Amino acid sequence: MDKQDVLPRLTQVFRDVFGDDSIIISDATTSADIEDWDSIEHINLIGAVEDEFSVSFKMREVSGMKNVGEMIALICERGK
Amino acid sequence: MKELCFPLDGKYILRRRRGIRRELLADGSARIKKRIAVLGGSTTSDVISMLELFLLDAGIEPEFYESEYNKFYEDAVFGAPELDSFRPDIIYIHTTSRNLTLLPESPAETPEQIQQRLDDQFAVFREVWVKLMQRFQCPIIQNNFELPLCRRTGNYDGWGYAGHAAFISRLNVMLSDYARHNNGFYINDINYLSAACGLEKWHDPEAWFLYKYAMRTEVIPDLAFSVASIVKSVFGKNKKVIDLDLDNTLWGGVIGDDGQEGIEIGPETAVGQSFSEFQSYIKGYRSFGVLLAVCSKNDEENALLGLAHPSSVLKKEDFVSIKANWDPKDRNIAESAAELNLLPDSFVFIDDNPAECAIVSAQLPQVQTIELTSVGEAMYRLGRSGFFEVTSVSEDDLRRSEMYAANAKRAAQQRSFASYTDYLLSLEMRAEICGFEPVYVQRIAQLTNKSNQFNLTTKRCTEADIRSFEDDPGRICLCGSLTDKFGENGIVSVVIARCEGETAHIELWLMSCRVLKRDMELAMLDELVRQCRERDVRRIVGYYFRTAKNRMVSELYGSFGFTQDKLDDSGDSVWSLDITDYKNKNKVISVNEKENKNG
Repeated sequence: MDKQDVLPRLTQVFRDVFGDDSIIISDATTSADIEDWDSIEHINLIGAVEDEFSVSFKMREVSGMKNVGEMIALICERGK
Repeated sequence: MKELCFPLDGKYILRRRRGIRRELLADGSARIKKRIAVLGGSTTSDVISMLELFLLDAGIEPEFYESEYNKFYEDAVFGAPELDSFRPDIIYIHTTSRNLTLLPESPAETPEQIQQRLDDQFAVFREVWVKLMQRFQCPIIQNNFELPLCRRTGNYDGWGYAGHAAFISRLNVMLSDYARHNNGFYINDINYLSAACGLEKWHDPEAWFLYKYAMRTEVIPDLAFSVASIVKSVFGKNKKVIDLDLDNTLWGGVIGDDGQEGIEIGPETAVGQSFSEFQSYIKGYRSFGVLLAVCSKNDEENALLGLAHPSSVLKKEDFVSIKANWDPKDRNIAESAAELNLLPDSFVFIDDNPAECAIVSAQLPQVQTIELTSVGEAMYRLGRSGFFEVTSVSEDDLRRSEMYAANAKRAAQQRSFASYTDYLLSLEMRAEICGFEPVYVQRIAQLTNKSNQFNLTTKRCTEADIRSFEDDPGRICLCGSLTDKFGENGIVSVVIARCEGETAHIELWLMSCRVLKRDMELAMLDELVRQCRERDVRRIVGYYFRTAKNRMVSELYGSFGFTQDKLDDSGDSVWSLDITDYKNKNKVISVNEKENKNG
């Protein structure tokens, strides 16, 4: 998959999970940029992303993801 | 909300939970507030967020206390100031097999050693329950334990002394036994849930290692839904009636076209067998106090012909209401509800025709509908939907259908009397009015939680509340049962008054709608006045707190001769009565089998 396909769908996932239709994400977005993105909400986010793109992240990837760019890279590599 | 009814799409609900929550809070519906303490042995964050959605959807606005991670034991046994001041209405202990610390380790252990492990493991949990009961006297919900997915020793794991699955199964038996012997203690059966979901789908070690969730996140909604069903039932939100279509719902075929010989019910065909099983399953609800009704587009004659089929498990007498005509079904359901003095939100409607289900849902959104695609599917959905979650079985439940049937007979009688008073006298009514005796406590609490219409203050009480009112010398507690020539109605009215010097404040006054217009409220008032006089009370103050459902009693105190002292914008009112010259009002019920002498 390429990034142009991933971005709009991923944006919608973020908007659903955080309940905020004004969210705009970029490669550099991190949990510090979104108010409700704490460790608990991270779990729901990962679950929703995995479901949206039929991808399953490895444990190391879940705990190691530093920003949205890394997430997009993983989705481009393995997502559907 | 459709998304929050079984079957659930767990991933969808988790993803959109904020939006769903916002929608629920904005729908303007009235909700009762409850404080729920969740004590966890693993992460409980989404357990709580899901529980909140299901409860909001059911008319309960929860406030939560959440224990620190895996501090269920410490909070319960040693106490936590924050939990104390929270004063929970109900406690949920979310533990799982991840919290078992004494699982068998080796086949070298003797049966006695394994038994010791079981006893010790059980004792840990029992201590939690006992301490919580002592401190809070509120209902407790406890998960039982799910079986492991991985079996080191294969089948042996399920039966051998050293098997973990065998150990867990034996522990679950001990939990069930405890629940049977302790009122107010309920098992949330995750052993069943995990099996129904499939252990492969339930277990997720990575969710444990990463987040300390004891199950796959996408099944958390199912878990929370199950807990919510128990909470709803405890607080009186169960449904009361199953209203059934006939053709292709209770039997195969169309009675009007196929005739009695032509419909499929009974052992001869596979289809007939499936409907027999369905009818038996439905009939079983009756003995738990659920009422059955028919709502069918048919001539009544044909409907009764179908029910008279020799293989029909359900007979005409099993139904408290049979509507077989060509009117719209939503209108028939509304009429049945009115006749039974119930609200449509107590109804579950089952029909094989999606169009009928859609019409009923649209016209009466408070009615839950089940579209019968197959008999097995409908049976499963009835059980999983939590409509009739059983948290207590009172004597009244066992006889409810008979009582409603007797009501129907009374109505038939009524038509042939010259005056209504003549009719009431002919019923030969006898009432017993007494304090909150221990045998009635469960029923009284149940009434306070499910009576909505004839309920002046809508004060909800637990069994512990009821016992404490009875023990308080400053309160007058009355519960009344009514019997007539057609049968017993059981406890039907509850009154609680708090005395302060020469004034008694009526904190709670409710009556079951099944005895409306029988003058039972007058008998209760007479007895209240009598007891007030014994305590030198001269003035009684009554309160009416308006809700969406109790309009019928807004003028009750006025009809008793009280004076209205206050009426505020919300519709709430305060009334008072000087009882110095009070004369008994009830003329048709004989109370406590002897003359009442203050008239």
